[in-house]
Amino acid sequence: MKHIKTISGSNLKKDLGSIGCGECQTSCQSACKTSCTVANQQCEKN
Amino acid sequence: MIHKFRMYDTNIVVDVNSGAVDVFDDVAYEVLDCWEKYGENSIKQRLSGKYSEAQLDEAISEICALKEEGLLFSEDIYEEYLPLWDRESQVKALCLHVAHDCNMRCRYCFASTGDFGTGRKLMKAETGKKAIDFLIRESGTRRNLEIDFFGGEPLLNFNVVKEIIDYATKEGEKHNKNFRFTLTTNALLLNEERKKYINEHIGNIVLSIDGRREVNDKMRTRVDGSGTYDAILPKIKDMADSRNQYNYYVRGTFTRENSDFSKDVIHLADLGFKQISVEPVVAADGSGYEIREEDVPEICKEYEKLAYEYVKRKKENRGFNFFHFLIDLEQGPCVAKRLTGCGSGHEYLAVSPEGDLYPCHQFVGMEDFKIGNVNTGIENREIQEMFKKSNVYTKKECRDCWAKFYCSGGCAANAYQFNKDINLPYKIGCALERKRIECALWIKANT
Repeated sequence: MKHIKTISGSNLKKDLGSIGCGECQTSCQSACKTSCTVANQQCEKN
Repeated sequence: MIHKFRMYDTNIVVDVNSGAVDVFDDVAYEVLDCWEKYGENSIKQRLSGKYSEAQLDEAISEICALKEEGLLFSEDIYEEYLPLWDRESQVKALCLHVAHDCNMRCRYCFASTGDFGTGRKLMKAETGKKAIDFLIRESGTRRNLEIDFFGGEPLLNFNVVKEIIDYATKEGEKHNKNFRFTLTTNALLLNEERKKYINEHIGNIVLSIDGRREVNDKMRTRVDGSGTYDAILPKIKDMADSRNQYNYYVRGTFTRENSDFSKDVIHLADLGFKQISVEPVVAADGSGYEIREEDVPEICKEYEKLAYEYVKRKKENRGFNFFHFLIDLEQGPCVAKRLTGCGSGHEYLAVSPEGDLYPCHQFVGMEDFKIGNVNTGIENREIQEMFKKSNVYTKKECRDCWAKFYCSGGCAANAYQFNKDINLPYKIGCALERKRIECALWIKANT
């Protein structure tokens, strides 16, 4: 495309039936302790 | 729903429900703006004086292509999946308050100088081991379990920390559980022997320092009121270097008294730290240093300044990580996690020195939120359910917010502290979080 550059495609709608295993880290254990930040967590399946 | 913003001449468009992020040039950005405000049919009439017909046709066709691929104006379909992801509660992380005592007296401490308002106490090893048994029992099929040694100051009770780690490691092997440990410390009591043990046994360490000497020493003082910067900095540097600048965070807090906090982040980066988290204080109105609504524009400008310097340093191969600017757009958390957030109150609990269970470290000492004890287990399932049921769709403000899948509805403790309702987010926190996400996306677009 000439006018639009994609940084990231659709990543939320993948495999909705098989997600939510919960093996990921709890977000508050990493550094913050006072402010919720979730989008920087890694999925354990990746 | 889409969110579009311009930062330092970059036009960024977020398709909220698909998670797609695009950079638009000025033609496409204006076409999209016009599309949103007046509809597709009025674009040419409104913009023909500014752009050629060919430019407008191209931009319109590219926007249409994104729409057709489900990457623009896509639907929110997740609410109907909630029952599918609603499993029985399993606890996977505990914050162990091994010391309700502290050798510092930070002015902004949310733990009432370390004792959480409940008297100075140390956790007994027996209580810690019971907490491990409780976690293994309540974790069901989950394999990865986390323990954060917290306080007060956990190094005041380090022998108990070691006993708990030994016990958890042995019990983990028996029950096929993988324990990950974090220690959050003010660093005053670090020494060679402790460093060695921590590096061998504890996967992540959070080291508290606020930034510039004068900023740190105004807030982070010893019991006698003297500053701590000169004592902690060499220890924190040594600890970070001994971990090869990985698997740790230097963690600072900024208040309205240092609203130019980007200088503190850069100060830490200039000292050589590569993993940095500096976060806004959460303090009650009237404390004097609390972030007020009138401070938000200035703080947002600081985040922008920091983002600019962040990218500049990355390009010069002297970059660092800033916790709140890290966003994983490709391999980040699944949407089930993004809807529900940190898991406080059901997946993540805090344990007081006496073994009492609370929804998270910030609720410790609040009797109404005590949900059980490590000996007896969870007794107040109602509170656990209340936290479990809270998600971005139970919060009116989140439902209509573009940032909901990045912040996951914000911090329940902050919401309760300011609005007495875990489903009513803390407004100032939300404004700052939205700005941080914009900066993080801009960084992605420019690195």
